[in-house]
Amino acid sequence: METRIPTRMGDGYMVEMTPSELRADIEAATEEAARKAGCAPLAQDELDHLLDIYASRAAFTAVDIGDQVVLSCDGGGSKMTGTDLLDLLESEQRLGQDILELWHIEYSYKAIKTILPFQQQVMQNVQLMCTAPVQYGAQPNLAFYSKPDGPAENWFELLPRGEIAAARAAIEEAMDLATKDFIYVGEGMLDTGADGMDFDTTGGAGDADFFSTLRAVKHLRGKYPDAGIEVGMAGEFVIGVHGELEWDGRRLAGLWPAAQVQVCQDAGATIYGPAVNIRTGKSCAWNAAYAITVCKPAMEVARIPVHPNVGEGVGGVPVNGYPPEDAASRAAKAHVDILKCDGL
Amino acid sequence: MDVTHALAAGMGGVRTAGDLVARMQMSRGMRLPEAKSYVADRLGCTVRDLSDSYAMEQIRGEKGLGRILDHSNLHPGEPNAIMAKFRIAELLDVPINSVERFRALAGV
Repeated sequence: METRIPTRMGDGYMVEMTPSELRADIEAATEEAARKAGCAPLAQDELDHLLDIYASRAAFTAVDIGDQVVLSCDGGGSKMTGTDLLDLLESEQRLGQDILELWHIEYSYKAIKTILPFQQQVMQNVQLMCTAPVQYGAQPNLAFYSKPDGPAENWFELLPRGEIAAARAAIEEAMDLATKDFIYVGEGMLDTGADGMDFDTTGGAGDADFFSTLRAVKHLRGKYPDAGIEVGMAGEFVIGVHGELEWDGRRLAGLWPAAQVQVCQDAGATIYGPAVNIRTGKSCAWNAAYAITVCKPAMEVARIPVHPNVGEGVGGVPVNGYPPEDAASRAAKAHVDILKCDGL
Repeated sequence: MDVTHALAAGMGGVRTAGDLVARMQMSRGMRLPEAKSYVADRLGCTVRDLSDSYAMEQIRGEKGLGRILDHSNLHPGEPNAIMAKFRIAELLDVPINSVERFRALAGV
């Protein structure tokens, strides 16, 4: 009889599986990912290594000495120390984060626009006290520009009614407003000393969300040639809400990571972060195999660093307020060892 | 989770050379092997030293690049924070935005 190993489901719940069951999960995941993303499944040696990582009773795992990667910590820190400055100092001095990120709990560019001077002052103060690079991060969140939160008609109400032209017009109105806000905040932070900008959870409202961001990235790259610009994605493929938007002749709807990184680097980003959301009903081993298979083609065409998202609920990390250390460390090691990614 | 990732896979930030490698990724878009090689060359150390907190504590101290401070490891009179970033910009030969801003606003 095979031994049963404690392991996790995508919601964090601990279960026990045999090595054969884990192997079956890993093989099924890479086949499904390859079929959906139109890419190759993981090779046999990669599947074997993934099984080694997950068929272990260890409470914690880590990459080999010397294989460590850069951590860009979007939304990092605790927000519980009283001030942003203390929070970032703690992240630098105690957690050893490679890239720090100043952010506000209203994590949307639309909201940040209204408090930009306050965030600029914090950034200026933080830059005096921190040694590690500090970027500013927020989410595009294009849907906030539609009624009832914004001025544009709500395309998610228009589309089900079949009012396609009106929905696209509303999306385009929102896109113009959004790009202006991204640029306004981006210029404001980079003029105050930020080392870079992070567009976090890009594409959350689909292809128009992504397009609005790419326009801002291109503008900021032109004006600030030395700035870091990170584009982190919201999901494994770009949802086609508008459906006709193209970047340099490439339709954005339906892009998987290999194509996502190409449009990001062409627009001027210097770090790209693919995101593959967790399936809570599948094991973490299944989820890691799926995520790595989907992201692997991006590694082959990337000219810029690729930092896969391994936060709560993405990249094989359980969607849980306190992602268990055994599962999060396995996801990190799996991505670094098998993807050979440039960071996380 | 931040602690988990830092221990499982992170370079270590200012505890090592993680911040320096990160700067080359951010400002120059260098992939990890190129960024590590560039920084190691600039520091005169091996690539493996970059994520070795023992080696980098010595190197950062020698070059004034800023070190972790705590009650048993204080370095008054040694550059840290914005002071260290002036040296980092020179060492890596990349402009650091806050250093440029400091120069402009302080009139130095």
